[in-house]
Amino acid sequence: MTKTSRLFKWIYLIIILLFLYLPIAVMMIQSFNSGLSISKWEGFTFRWYENLFSGKEKSIVSALQVTLSVAVIATVVSTVLGTLGAIGIYGMKKRTQSVMMTLTNLPNTMPDIVTGVSLMLLFIFVAGGGSRGYFTMLLAHITFDTPYVILSVLPKLKQMNSHTYEAALDLGATPGYALRHVIIPECRQGIVTGAMLAFTLSIDDFTISYFTAGSKVQNLSMLIYSAARRHVDGTFYAVSTAMFVVLLILLLAVNKHTVSADS
Amino acid sequence: MRYDVTLPWWAWVLMGLGLAAFAAMVVVSVRRNRGVKRSLFAAPYTLWMIIFTIVPLIIIVYYALTDASGNFTLNNLRDFWDSNYSRRAGASSPAIQARLAARGMSNMEPLLYSLWMAFLCTVICLVLAYPTALFMADRRMKRASSLVILFVVPMWMNVTLRTYAMRILMVDDGPLINFLRLIGFADAQLMDTPTAVLIGMVYNFLPFMIFPIYTVLSKLDPALLEASSDLGASPGRSLIKVTMPLSIPGVVSGITMVFMPAVTTFTLNVMLGGSKRLMLGNLIEQTFTKQNNWNMGSAMSLVMMVLILISLTILRKADPNNEGGGL
Repeated sequence: MTKTSRLFKWIYLIIILLFLYLPIAVMMIQSFNSGLSISKWEGFTFRWYENLFSGKEKSIVSALQVTLSVAVIATVVSTVLGTLGAIGIYGMKKRTQSVMMTLTNLPNTMPDIVTGVSLMLLFIFVAGGGSRGYFTMLLAHITFDTPYVILSVLPKLKQMNSHTYEAALDLGATPGYALRHVIIPECRQGIVTGAMLAFTLSIDDFTISYFTAGSKVQNLSMLIYSAARRHVDGTFYAVSTAMFVVLLILLLAVNKHTVSADS
Repeated sequence: MRYDVTLPWWAWVLMGLGLAAFAAMVVVSVRRNRGVKRSLFAAPYTLWMIIFTIVPLIIIVYYALTDASGNFTLNNLRDFWDSNYSRRAGASSPAIQARLAARGMSNMEPLLYSLWMAFLCTVICLVLAYPTALFMADRRMKRASSLVILFVVPMWMNVTLRTYAMRILMVDDGPLINFLRLIGFADAQLMDTPTAVLIGMVYNFLPFMIFPIYTVLSKLDPALLEASSDLGASPGRSLIKVTMPLSIPGVVSGITMVFMPAVTTFTLNVMLGGSKRLMLGNLIEQTFTKQNNWNMGSAMSLVMMVLILISLTILRKADPNNEGGGL
């Protein structure tokens, strides 16, 4: 390969990367701009971050609380549900197993908007129009997180030597003991990956939360969505930048974990 | 902030009983001696998925196939396709008729607009992504493959956040518009145009095209290319005759992962297009939230799901072993 063609290829890759990251870079720079205009630099400031962390913006603080608490609870519940589910599915007969896998993959193939709308209908159907809020959003998050935990844990179970479990039983372990001391340690990496994935997806979600949370509760994505159509000050850039950095760290951690788990 | 939950008492009792049943099942299956089936561990998950995935789908189908008073009807589906829907008397609620009349169009227009935008987005993504994946997978490009993580991260990055950032770039006094004006487009405008929505779509979904193609290309046996060049093929001919046909599973997977979310999005159109022209997603959202017409909204959701299922089936045919990976 000639030098020019290599150079050309590198330039192409860099242009695509610029396209992907330039908007976020502009947003980050803007979060330190003391002026409000996007095209004029009026000096460096931490004011928007002070606004954010001093808790003056009530809506942002409560959105942050909602996002984080939903993510933590949904992660814990879906990890337990999903890990037990994966172990159960692994122990099933081929036929039931494939039915369960179709069920697990179903939310993946459904468009987010349909998932959101269908859950919204369920909540209103069962508990009335006023029922939508924090709790229903949490239920929705657990619902879309759990299949990802299953899909992370199941491959680890398949890699495991299935005779170890039977050996433990033959040696007198109860199924519960074998579960805690044989199966779970074997698929720990899958469980951790699944939990991290669930947490990220939960922080990330907009569409399903939008339909299931009603008008009383907002998470960060919903806040950014509603702010986009208004003229907003730099606090929103600051909160978006902070969110970007947190998500980036999470994603790099998930990636590192999966890579090291695979090798 | 509000954590108050207003459920009727019987819903709480039901949930309590459900949780107790979960707990009992888990405890029993853990405590019992060996005869116990391991598949019991999946019982809570199965129950959860039935309640929160299957039942909601049944509700959608139920509402799509009934009218406001709960009688079976196919009118909702027929009305969706019928372009004279708005003008036909007694078709549905007066509120929708008025709205549709004011808009001067049927549901077909948002549907076609969505499909057209998603198609354009998919083509542009493919054109931009294929060389990207090819160059990254090129073994002679040292260190290029370490860039992969940079292309993967945006796949999992919040859509509203990324669209918000894109919006900052495209607003009327933003850097992009100022640049366009500088080079001679005096009346350049991006916000609230279909172009802005399309740019936003490409920006959001491009990584979903790059990643599967890269995955397939990086697994390609380099010996194949050596063989093709030993047999006298030029690099260009090798690309067309060897690399491209073998990368089809990745391309198919990429098309799926771009086209599906592009057809169903409503966020992008609101944030970048100002909802000037409705897309299918906006139509569904507004039918539920603004008009409160569950029957029509469910019918639209059903149409969307069928559309997705048909496209998935067609695409699966082209990549039967799911070599392209996907998510």
